[in-house]
Formats: sequence, structure tokens, C-alpha cells
Amino acid sequence: MTKKNIMIVGVGGQGTLLASRILGNASLALGYDVKVSEVHGMSQRGGSVVTYVKYGESVASPIICRGEADVILAFEELEAARWLPYLKPDGIMIINTQQINPMPVVTGAAEYPADIIEKIKAKGVRVISADALAMAKEAGTEKAVNVALIGLAADYLGFDRGTLVDAVKTSVAPKFLEVNMKAFELGASHAKDVE
Amino acid sequence: MKKIMLGNEAVARGLYEAGCRLVSSYPGTPSTEISEAAAKYDEIYAEWAPNEKVALEVALGASMAGGRSFCAMKHVGLNVAADPLFIGAYIGVGGGMIIAVADDPGMHSSQNEQDSRHYAIAAKLPMLEPSDSAECLSFVKAGYDFSEKFDTPVILRLNTRVSHSQSVVELAEREEREIIPYEKSPAKRVMMPANAKGRHVVVEKRLEEIAEYANECPFNRVIDNGGELGIITAGPSFNYAMEVFGDKASYLKLGLVNPMPDKLIRDFVAKYQRIIVIEELDDVIETHCRKLDITVDGKNLLPLCDEFTQELLAEKLLGEVKPYAALEENIPVRPPVLCPGCPHRGIFYVLKKMGLYVSGDIGCYTLGALPPLGALDTTLCMGASISALHGYNKVLGEDSAKKSVAIIGDSTFMHSGMTGLANITYNKGISTVIIVDNSITGMTGHQQNPCTGFTLKGEPVPQISLEAVCKALGIEEAHIRVTDPNEITETEAVLKEELAYEGPSVVICRRPCALLKYVKAEPAFTVDTEKCIGCKACMKIGCPCISIVDKKATINATLCTGCGLCKKLCKFGAIQG
Repeated sequence: MTKKNIMIVGVGGQGTLLASRILGNASLALGYDVKVSEVHGMSQRGGSVVTYVKYGESVASPIICRGEADVILAFEELEAARWLPYLKPDGIMIINTQQINPMPVVTGAAEYPADIIEKIKAKGVRVISADALAMAKEAGTEKAVNVALIGLAADYLGFDRGTLVDAVKTSVAPKFLEVNMKAFELGASHAKDVE
Repeated sequence: MKKIMLGNEAVARGLYEAGCRLVSSYPGTPSTEISEAAAKYDEIYAEWAPNEKVALEVALGASMAGGRSFCAMKHVGLNVAADPLFIGAYIGVGGGMIIAVADDPGMHSSQNEQDSRHYAIAAKLPMLEPSDSAECLSFVKAGYDFSEKFDTPVILRLNTRVSHSQSVVELAEREEREIIPYEKSPAKRVMMPANAKGRHVVVEKRLEEIAEYANECPFNRVIDNGGELGIITAGPSFNYAMEVFGDKASYLKLGLVNPMPDKLIRDFVAKYQRIIVIEELDDVIETHCRKLDITVDGKNLLPLCDEFTQELLAEKLLGEVKPYAALEENIPVRPPVLCPGCPHRGIFYVLKKMGLYVSGDIGCYTLGALPPLGALDTTLCMGASISALHGYNKVLGEDSAKKSVAIIGDSTFMHSGMTGLANITYNKGISTVIIVDNSITGMTGHQQNPCTGFTLKGEPVPQISLEAVCKALGIEEAHIRVTDPNEITETEAVLKEELAYEGPSVVICRRPCALLKYVKAEPAFTVDTEKCIGCKACMKIGCPCISIVDKKATINATLCTGCGLCKKLCKFGAIQG
């Protein structure tokens, strides 16, 4: 029975909600039951944000707990480290190599941990990492970082390429479609290189 | 047609399909998107009211007129609207009426955890509780028929995980409803003692009839999988229970959570050896079972605090924990922060520098409590900054008023700050009130309010002038001051003058929210590393764009909106823009 638990984690303002909408639309197009859980309000203001996308024959809980995610799409390295416990032991983590300092680091009360990606890999976790922000810039806008990451994760989300591309088309505004498709392709071809 | 929708959007869709004519709400996470989505349907008149009490009264009036009506609020909003809620229960409806209240277990964006079911019990009103978007839609539609059948307002209890989760819904067409003709009936609608005595009897009888109906209503359902374990649950807890127990347990899933179905519960528990009640927050179902002399497990195993998850249920009820990996080192927390370019940053810098006692309020500016700004002393509830400061100053005397301020946003001032200000001027108070006017309701995601010049439907309207309101409430014109909070020197000087003045005063800090579309960002500022000595003066404003790299300040050019506040703090001219 097909069942996928996907988490999208990042920092408020990075565009994680659009990424979850794309995956929700892809699940619906394939006729799956799907639940997407978001966080709105105060925590959006530059805080740590997480979105859950779950699809399958039937989905009960809209949220994902520790040890349950098949895929975690991390928009930022520290958030990858924070949400690592939510990954299944055989899950995969897709990490954007961007670092955004949280306030305790900005004020000097804490330090941004070094070598996060290497430390996650050392735990035996499968990781694909890339500079999705650079890909988005290359495609034409920094705002396409979410779609570049989905391209990077394309082979691990359980959707065929056509379904995912269609979902991007139905989820982004027409005038931004071209840059987003370019970002998607850049992400997807990079993933092929690292595998 | 199938579509994936937020629970809140599905509630709005239910309003549309059920022929609802009027929506009046005040924004509050996690309820806000219902009214925003409803406003997109041309057939529904939708508005932002200045507060929840007004919204509920507007919806009651619309129902009396014979149209189907609706209002939405967050859990603490129902505290504000409790007065018309209780009396609305006595008066009943004309057109069907639904009051949505969204609880926030886990306090994702709230100041307390509060179980709204107690309101349904206390007001003697029926309460529906959906578990997902499909139920949000169907409960709203059936809820209107229910409301009209029993002549009662119906409460729809939502929850962060229902309101803010998307799931699949099936859409249908709108069914227009004729206005139910109004007939004058003071005995039903004029709630003075003689009439209310009669209505209380009606309310009690109605509740009994609904309790009977609850045994067979479409909102409650039994999923009988045999076995020894029976679970009684409702709302989001049902989803978590299904995730953990699947078909290894049987379920009584309550959709009508007040009044409860005694016969249905007795019949259900008779079939299983062990009964567990799984409910977030308070032990409402459990207490009812006890009243029926039914032995259940519940809060002896599960907590009263915080939201539930399948992980919590698996651990507490089955002793199961899933394996997972974690890094050993400390992961710094990432609390929410005031956005780059936020107009509130300047005033909090000034308040902290002046060392004032700051009576805070509810909004984005509550974030001024966090380090490094750390300027707030208290945050209570909507509007309390002003009224609580008055009490503080009355007890500590005139000197304390020279060292303390209240701080409140434009929307919160319209919500319930005005009455507090009237109290100050009426009762010879001398407090100083700061209104941070960012021209929008910010924290809930940019909703219009009476001061912004636009309605929920986006129509332009005359703005209510904060200066004129303050003057009308008795503040002398010379002591209603307006400053730009980014001009910190001027703002500090104005504050000093008004604190010294031995009478009540208002300082309006006016600058629009940096996230508003019409507010154009200026080019990013840069740091001249030759001039920067690494003194960290610019770090005192808690701007997420500035950090120290190699002992010198650096500004993130992607995030910086060019507000220039940091430049004003640099004594060495190292920040340029």
C-alpha cells in the first residue's frame, strides 16, 4: 500500500507553504487521500516552521511525529538538524545548504553548529544536499527556491515526473511558471548528478 | 468535484453551499481564514467587526432578520463574545446561526489553552466538532438545518490542526434560502426578567430534546471493529486514535460534543471490556461518562496540557516509541522575531533604552518581549495594556506614571483599547498610552480594520482617525502626539515630554507594516568593515539581517529592507545606505 509522509521544514518566509501545496495537488491528482498540515500566525514571523504532507489510500492524522517521515525537505541546515528525529531510520533528507542565523546566534547567546550535513550523514542517514538558492537565482528568482528543492527531491516523493510538473503548473501563478519550471529542472538534474 | 482545502476554507465553502447570507468576525489565529475565504463568495456579505462581541451580535441580528448567519473567532475571542452568546441561547434564531470558535491546544499562536466546550455547556448550546475538512463542510451545512430545527444558535468547535490542515472535500452547488419572515415576539426576544424566565424553561427543554436527538443524529458515529477496546473520542483526537489503533479498536466518534448522547454511550460501552476516552485539553467527555456511572480511562493516562499527537498516544497508551536519529549537540532555538524593517523595532529600542515599565498587549508587538529588545513587562489580553496600566499607576502613584507606558496596536485599540482610555480620562488617570499604528492587523496575516480605510471585501471606506477618537475620549489635543517610530531620537523626546506631563496622553507611532505590498523596500544597507569596530551597538535592535562575522557587523542584503534603523545606532558611520 502506497503511503508517504513528507515534511517540509524551514524558516518563516522561505516559501514552505507553496511547496506543500504543490505536493498536496500532486497527491490529489493521483486520486490519493491526502492531508497537509500547516502553521500560521505567530510562528511564521521568522520562526522555525514545519509543514506535513501525508498521502496514501487513507490518511488519519494530519501530522508527522518522530521516526515517521519518509522524506524531509529542509530549506535550511539548522532546521534539518532540528527535525532530523522525525525521519524514519531508512528515510531520506533533502537539504538546501543555506544557513540563516536564529536570534540566539545573532545575539551571541548560542553558536550555529558546524558541519551539520556531515554530522547527519554520520548518523547513517541518506542525504542529498545542494545550494537550491543558487539554482533559484540561476532560474531567475530567489523565490523559486521551494520549486528547486522539489526538483531535487523529485525521485523520492513517490510521484512520476509528469504528475509533479503538472502540480507545479497548477500551484504557481502563470507569470512565474517559466522560472519555476527552470528551477525544477535545475534541481532535478542536480539530484541525478549526486546520486 | 473534489478539491483539497484547509479546514477553514471548507467551513467557508459550507457557508456558501448552505446559503449563508452574512459573516461578521474578528481575526484570530487559527480562525482567520474562514472569513477571508467566505468574503471571496459574492453571495455572502462578509465583514471584519472591531471585536468578537460586536461580530456575534451582528450575526444574531442577521439571524433575527431571518437570514442564515455566521461569525468566527479564536478561543479567547469567545471570552469577549460571551455576553451575547449566553443571551443568544435564550433568544434562539430566525435564520440558522453558527458560531465558530477555534481552540489552539499547544498554543501555536495564543496566550492560553482553553477548552471551548465549557462554553457550550455553560450557555446550554449545542456544539459540533469536525475532525477534518470534509466534516467542516458537511457539519456546517447540516448545522444550519439543525439550528433552524431546534431554534438555537449552534457552536462549531474547531482546532488548529483541523483549521490549518488541508484535506479532500467534495464540492456542491449553493442552495439559496428564502429569508424566514420576521414576526415581532417580545417574549422571545426582549430578555428582561419576566420574559427570560420563560425562555430559560424553553432552553432547558430544548437541550433535553437535542440530547435525545444526539443518540441518532448524523454527527455521531460508531465504528465497530469488534475486539475488547472501545475508544470514545472527538475532533482531532479521533485522527490520532485512528493512526495508533486503526482497526484494532472500536470507536464512538462524537461530532455533537454537547449535549452528549447518553443512550449511544451506554450501548457502546456495553460492548467492550475496556473504554478509553481520548480528548485534548479538559476531561469533558470523561466527566460525563462518570456521571453515567461508567468506568473509563482518560486523564489518568493522558495529559490535560498541550496538544495530542499519535506519538503521545502510542507512548502513553501502548508504551511504544518509534526509533529515530538525533544529533548530540545543542540545536539553538529559532523563536519568531519582528520582521526586517518592522516599524515596531524602533519604539521598543527606545522603551528599553528609557528603562520604562511597559504594559503590553496582543499583536506582533508582543514579540517586543523577546531578547534583545526585551521591552515588555506584561501581556494579558486584548486591550488590557491600557486598563491594567491605569490600575498600576493608581496604586503606585503619580511618579510611577512618569516611568511607565502602555503599548497597543491600531486594531487592538479599536477592539477594546478605547474603553480603557475612556476609563483613564474619566477617572483622572495620568497614564501615557502608545498606539503603534502600522495600518493593518498584522499578526493574524494582514486583515483590514476600521483604521485602515478598506473593508474585508476590499472596498475603500473612510478611515477612523485615531487622533479624533483619542480627542473624543477626553485626551487634550496638545497631548495626542504623532511620531515615526523609525525616528528614534524624536520619538524618545516626545515620549519624555508626555511622560513628564501630569495628565493623560497618547503617542501614536505611525509607520505602515513593512510587509504591506504598497510599502516598497529601500536598497539594502551595507557595512564598511574599515570603520566597523565590532561594538555591537547595531545588534541591540534584534534585526534578523545583522550578524557578526569575524568580529564585524554584516548585513544580509537579501533580507534587509533598508529601514535604516541600524545606521542611527552606529557611532562610527560604518553603516551605509
